[in-house]
Amino acid sequence: MNIWLNFLIDSLAFGATFMYGSTGEIITEKAGHLNLGIPGVMCMGGAGGCLVLNMVAQLNLPGFLVVILGILGSVSLAMLMGLIYSFLTVTLRANQNVTGLALTTFGAGLMKVIMSKLDAAVYLVGPKKLYRWPFAERTDALQCLGVLFFLAVIIALYASYFLFRTKKGLHLRSVGESPATADAVGINVSRYKYAASCIGSGIAGLGGFYYIIDYMASQEAYLSLEIFGWLSIALVIFALWRPHMTIIGSTIFGLLFSCSSYIANISWIDVTMATKPLLKMLPYVFTIAVLIFTSIRNKRENHPPASLGMSYFREER
Amino acid sequence: MSERKNNTNHEPLFHLAKRSVIPQWRAWLIRVAAIVLGLAVCGIVAYILSDKLQEGKKTLADFYYCFIKGSFTTNRKIWKFLKNMAILQCISLAVTPAFRMRFWNTGAEGQTLMGVWGAIAVAFYLGGEIPEALLLVLMFVGALLCSAVWAVIPAIFKAKWNTNETLFTLMMNYVAIHIVEYFLVVWVPSGSSSLGKLKYGKLPSFGHDYLVIILIVLLLTLLLYVYLKHSKQGYEISVVGESVRTAQYSGMNVKKVIIRTMVVSGLLCGLAGYLIGAGLDQTVTTESVGGQGFTAIMVSWLANFNPIVMLLTSGLITLLDQGAAQITQDFGVRGAFPDVIIGIILFFIIGSEFFINYQVIFRKGGHAAKEGAK
Amino acid sequence: MEKKIALSMRGITKRFGSVVANHHVDLDVYQGEILSVLGENGCGKTTLMNMLAGIYYPDEGKIYKEGEEVVIRSPKDAFDLKIGMIHQHFKLVDLFTAAENIVLGIREEGKYNLKSVNDRVSQIAAKYGFHIDPQKKIYDMSVSEKQTVEIIKMLYRGADILILDEPTAVLTPQEIDKLFEVLRAMKADGKSIIIITHKLHEVLSVSDRVAILRKGEHIATVNTAETNESALTEMMVGKKVSLNIDRTDPVDPSPRLQIKNLNCLNAEGLPVVKDVSFTVNSGEILGIAGIAGSGQRELLEAIAGMQPIDSGEIIFINPKKGRPVTFYHKSLKRVKQLAAEGAFHGWNGKPVTFEGANNSVIRYLVGSGEVLFNEDEIIDLRGRTPLEIRELGIRLSFVPEDRLGMGLVGSMGITDNMMLRSYRKGHAGFVDRRQPRKLAEEIIRELEVNTPGVNTPVRRLSGGNVQKVLLGREIAFAPKVLMAAYPVRGLDINSSYTIYNLLNKQKQNGVAVIFVGEDLDVLLALCDRILVINSGAITGVVDARSTTKEEVGLLMTKTDTAERKEAAQ
Repeated sequence: MNIWLNFLIDSLAFGATFMYGSTGEIITEKAGHLNLGIPGVMCMGGAGGCLVLNMVAQLNLPGFLVVILGILGSVSLAMLMGLIYSFLTVTLRANQNVTGLALTTFGAGLMKVIMSKLDAAVYLVGPKKLYRWPFAERTDALQCLGVLFFLAVIIALYASYFLFRTKKGLHLRSVGESPATADAVGINVSRYKYAASCIGSGIAGLGGFYYIIDYMASQEAYLSLEIFGWLSIALVIFALWRPHMTIIGSTIFGLLFSCSSYIANISWIDVTMATKPLLKMLPYVFTIAVLIFTSIRNKRENHPPASLGMSYFREER
Repeated sequence: MSERKNNTNHEPLFHLAKRSVIPQWRAWLIRVAAIVLGLAVCGIVAYILSDKLQEGKKTLADFYYCFIKGSFTTNRKIWKFLKNMAILQCISLAVTPAFRMRFWNTGAEGQTLMGVWGAIAVAFYLGGEIPEALLLVLMFVGALLCSAVWAVIPAIFKAKWNTNETLFTLMMNYVAIHIVEYFLVVWVPSGSSSLGKLKYGKLPSFGHDYLVIILIVLLLTLLLYVYLKHSKQGYEISVVGESVRTAQYSGMNVKKVIIRTMVVSGLLCGLAGYLIGAGLDQTVTTESVGGQGFTAIMVSWLANFNPIVMLLTSGLITLLDQGAAQITQDFGVRGAFPDVIIGIILFFIIGSEFFINYQVIFRKGGHAAKEGAK
Repeated sequence: MEKKIALSMRGITKRFGSVVANHHVDLDVYQGEILSVLGENGCGKTTLMNMLAGIYYPDEGKIYKEGEEVVIRSPKDAFDLKIGMIHQHFKLVDLFTAAENIVLGIREEGKYNLKSVNDRVSQIAAKYGFHIDPQKKIYDMSVSEKQTVEIIKMLYRGADILILDEPTAVLTPQEIDKLFEVLRAMKADGKSIIIITHKLHEVLSVSDRVAILRKGEHIATVNTAETNESALTEMMVGKKVSLNIDRTDPVDPSPRLQIKNLNCLNAEGLPVVKDVSFTVNSGEILGIAGIAGSGQRELLEAIAGMQPIDSGEIIFINPKKGRPVTFYHKSLKRVKQLAAEGAFHGWNGKPVTFEGANNSVIRYLVGSGEVLFNEDEIIDLRGRTPLEIRELGIRLSFVPEDRLGMGLVGSMGITDNMMLRSYRKGHAGFVDRRQPRKLAEEIIRELEVNTPGVNTPVRRLSGGNVQKVLLGREIAFAPKVLMAAYPVRGLDINSSYTIYNLLNKQKQNGVAVIFVGEDLDVLLALCDRILVINSGAITGVVDARSTTKEEVGLLMTKTDTAERKEAAQ
């Protein structure tokens, strides 16, 4: 298979990490909550999945059950993080930026503690193959695409359908645009905010799990996870708060990240040790460029949800 | 209809009201109570994570003693505590002017790192070729310049096109990290990417190695307090933070204030970077700032952006950090346990603000029974 | 005719901190009637209705629906009881279409289908005689269209008790007539309608009964047919008031501010101020009347230097003729330049050119007040920022409509708010708080501002006190022109009179006062001339002493009708 196709598939596979992260963040932001804790949530999602895989390793369960249990473990620990976040920001109306940062500190730290206690040989070796279904046996680049990759695409597409084509999605968006309006028409604002933060976190958590168990599939993978959480938050802006756009955005991010290893194969570009860090800078510079571009274009439909970052208190006078 | 009948028996259990004022002592009582509760939860988490606690080799009393042991039992630890606190305080001071303006600068990490890099770059290229005193001055200029540039770029875009500063500054962190990475590759031909301690450009010290740094930060705390509280620029920052319309009404040039304030923030980050680079490490790595740029945001917020109170919050965070590091050592908990402890305590302090700003009014048979704090 | 009670409130009390917003209020609404809840601004009308809509929860008292006790904890409970409230500030999501806003929050069986929603919306609109495009986005709509969406939203979810909070405040008379027709149609349909208002003629023309609130208490409920304007006023304000505002004749008025063919565009590039020309004289109060949002705000902000100007001139005439030159706002260079142009003369009447004089002599002469202006200074304010205007020595004060969002900083105390105007005066880089503090104390004392201290955040003060602080500061600046936008909005009668007296005093001191108001009675009683503005254009300037409310009211809608006639032809 030619190098370009490998490059693309590799980027798609890499992109799935961001797809989960930013789809989760978009759902949270649509309820008016900027969750800077997503990096921590993704970390805990990864830890949760690996923890469960470690626990069930001895049971000799059928493959599909192991896959599902891993996903459940990941989602539930991530949702627990979402619950902490929403309790603080929704019920206790705490500052969202600070809560998010604290959540990231906590989540990334706890993940490192948990992961250092786990045996990579147990959570990686067997399950990796299971999660690579149906292409696990292939030897070409397609082997990178597994269950979790397709799940990411499906979730991103469904999230868009949910947000823009269903009644509940309409309600969720109204909560993020104008909670007072939503409240006045009898929508339970707090419930939607809780649900969005928790479900969003659950989805984001899968991104961390996918990164550790499938994309990197290495013992040290968890050490580099946090940064992709931050990039997922940035990707939300690129996607203009539309989950299906994260598929394109993630792939571009993936391309930018993996280009440093592929570009060496192109004869007319001379890659030295020194150019690698510069190439690694590309995704961030690209994000900044997108940020600037969208702010200059300034179209109403492309704005963040109007009440993003603000707490809602009904009796505010 | 049946639902409505149920309604008559179910008045809401409680409802919330905003407090108008709360005495200072009660606000602090609530905060202290939150920290105590947080520490209790930390104990539980530690019990789950530490085999030594579960096996009874260590007790919870040992656990809490670590917070004192980590910072205060030897002279060396006290100095280390003061030094770490000073650096954290310095970066927290740096983010404060921007935050008072409601400019959410999440880029202190990168801004400070660029400061360290700026100082070390000067020392790397000029060290040994010019007098040490001049070198130190040039390092200082280099650090301030790099940080200020790093801070002012997002500010210009914010002022001009209202570009989201939270994410812009966040991304700038990683660009900074990779710039440092790039230069490490260029500077260290061996390919190890690890620049050893440089021989030149060491900030002179007296008394103790750390004393100069601590005194500089203390002085800076006072200066920033005066700047924010009593200077015209400080006043402008407060007005812009509260309402851009009011600032325009009173004739302020909002764009200028935004850019100028971020330059101030950047300069302070540069100073922090200089203290790290020239005062402590004599080298630069991608981990030179070690996440303190993010911690500083929380330190500044916890202190309600007041430089003097910040001494308290940066002290608290440093205490927790060192204590938790001690625990990591004594209790056989691997990984980033200090972050877990800090995270938990922060959750409780953040949550406690609610009980300071709101009161929960419980209802009993139509009579409102007021209950103040939790 | 025997009518059934739809809803009743008994002994409702609501407090906000130490302020009692409602005190033991009893109220009944019948089916198929229009009930007006009448009261002054701040009498607790809206708070009372918010408790029916589930926005607030009463501290005491009970609510009955058709005789059965109910508890309304949230807006959802209110909807379940078929109570719908249309708030003064519309609760609509700007980014959504009309139909999306209308179905928001409704739990319906079956699949969510916008098309069927669109159809049903059109159906309801047709039934009561509305016009609406279900697929239009809210941010593209006029106020009256938004109100229509709000009403349909309530009807769509089957509300049979409809509460409207000040529905006419932002409408033209034509739109008001249409709204009332719709309300009558709904009443005929058996619905109960509650209108919150403080406008008497509306009460009399549309409602069946009137409930009057005063200072949070229910005074009486009367049948409209059995009452009249003066009786209602008496109940509303407690004692019979004829607006007794002292109005003196302007003393030797001379032009202070001349606006010539001013045009402004808003952020979307649409014209908001259209070819406006007028003159404000010293010693007079010029009223500006018009429906809210007709360009008043943009006009004042353009004068103050905060709104970009598309074309036109704003000329400020600084009364300097025969007065000493000062260095206060003029640099030495500027003084020399003006002197060379022959703008000054001395006490003896001879021209002063400073020819051959060195700088210290010039400084001495000017400093001792011996150099006088020949003529008034004429300065074009166009394109100048608020700071530049101030630095030119132009004493232009501005009391903006949005007091806490623009005129003051809510989280700061009175002292620090005084500094908004004067903080640049401090030494070197530092602010001087002594003078502002003195001024703050003076304002608290003289205007009787009720505050715990000079450092209490002004956000915590009541509306009247906030306005006194703001107006006090602007007057302390010794203005030549004072612009006040809705200075008595939301204030009680006493505070309002304090404000009127302050403005009158400024007028007597020779200040040119611009007063943007909404209450025509006040405009007629306070101002010398009234300028009427409609959708950004001036439709007339009338003498406040001889004009009538009807005439002003007609002018407020003039272009509108003219355009409609044109369209009809």
